[in-house]
Amino acid sequence: MNDISEAFSTALHLLISLDADLIEIVGLSLQVSLSAVVIAVVIGLPLGAALALFKFPGRGAVTIVINALMGLPPVVVGLVVYLILSRSGPLGVLGLLFTPTAMIIAQALLITPIIAALTRQVVADLWVEYAEQMRSLGSGRLRAMPTLLYDARFTLVTAVLAGFGRASAEVGAVMIVGGNIDHVTRVMTTAIALEVSKGDLALALGLGIVLIGLSVSINAATYSVKQRAEAVWT
Amino acid sequence: MTHTTPISTHNVPANDVMPEKTSTPSQSSKILPLRVESLSFTAKGEHLLQDVSFELSAGPRTVIMGPNGAGKSLLLRLCHGLLEPTSGSVRWMGGKAREATMSQAMVFQRPVLLRRTVAQNVDYGLKLHDVPRADRPQIIQDVLNRTGLARFAEKPARLLSGGEQQKLALARAWALKPDVLFLDEPTASLDPAAAHAIEAIVQTMHDEGTRIIMTTHDIAQAKRLADEVIFVHKGRVLEKTPAEHFFDTPECGEAAAFLRGELRW
Repeated sequence: MNDISEAFSTALHLLISLDADLIEIVGLSLQVSLSAVVIAVVIGLPLGAALALFKFPGRGAVTIVINALMGLPPVVVGLVVYLILSRSGPLGVLGLLFTPTAMIIAQALLITPIIAALTRQVVADLWVEYAEQMRSLGSGRLRAMPTLLYDARFTLVTAVLAGFGRASAEVGAVMIVGGNIDHVTRVMTTAIALEVSKGDLALALGLGIVLIGLSVSINAATYSVKQRAEAVWT
Repeated sequence: MTHTTPISTHNVPANDVMPEKTSTPSQSSKILPLRVESLSFTAKGEHLLQDVSFELSAGPRTVIMGPNGAGKSLLLRLCHGLLEPTSGSVRWMGGKAREATMSQAMVFQRPVLLRRTVAQNVDYGLKLHDVPRADRPQIIQDVLNRTGLARFAEKPARLLSGGEQQKLALARAWALKPDVLFLDEPTASLDPAAAHAIEAIVQTMHDEGTRIIMTTHDIAQAKRLADEVIFVHKGRVLEKTPAEHFFDTPECGEAAAFLRGELRW
């Protein structure tokens, strides 16, 4: 109980004092996770929409794989990216291992299936409603794709938030490919893991509270915008 | 589904062009006549439409009538190319495939409007039809003025009332200047005033030369709008006759029973 109250006090202290290390860690965490979300959105939205709209041999199998990859273990992703980016790996020459870029790559791989799978479902449902009208207006499935993504924009916000949540909360992948190097690749989750291993549970929990607070704030802001826009555009 | 009553084409001239009842629309069309030959549609082993043949030329307004489940909407969708027939063919004799597709429009019973403004909904159809960007604002303004929707131009389309939404669906179709307009029970869920407004727009489109082909089970509406009637029952076309004849002296017993409100479906 003491640890918990101490954790809240530590979290409060870190925030009020605008601790430089904390700000650096929070900044890098947001930079890595938001960059990963942007990449996952660029790949996942069209991929999900294409899976919903186009019929091709093996579509069912691809859908199952994408859905299954939503539960991809971060450490496995981290390990795969590590092997690819390590000096002896196929992309080792790029020297990206233990850099924020490696962490972005790992998180993007982790959350692209989440965004793609949720997008596929959303677009497939919308297509049921729109298909006849779109075809009547002379639109093929390819031209319908951006239309459906645009019209599903409010629902897709939830998919993007799910991806962001997964990225900001994971520790395994960024720990392996980032290495938790102070002032270089240390993010919230790896910092928490480090403090736990050092036995400073209050600081670890304090960082955790800050992380949860950040996540809640971002979700609340997005939800509020989404609700207001949805009320207008239904 | 074993009904074998033959199609009646009472008083239909050889070229199937029906006498006009109330108006003199343009007889020119890039894609008509529409020739439907031995059309059948089967789903999950059930014969929903069987051996349907007819031809529609430019001119009269055709109303497809029949009880619920007769196959009216299915026939409309097959003609419009939204469904592939199990057998038989739908051929537009006057144009190439792409031209035929782009010269038709359809308004559905439940309008599907994009989550955009009223004006953007009309613009979307024009964009798909490759209408130059510079020409679109004028077309949109014209069509919204004519349908009484101009004051809603910047309003989200899905916030309109049911009648206004259906008007917008019609406006979106009208903006494309279709040769042929299919309407699938366009007033089925509207109040009388909204239905009247929709009928007035349909009449204007007809007057300006758009070939109207619509379904309805509303006998009064059919009497107001139809120049000719195609009567469908249990997946078969039982009559294709001038409207006056259909309502005064229907050829088949099913049509007579339908008009008396006694047809079981």
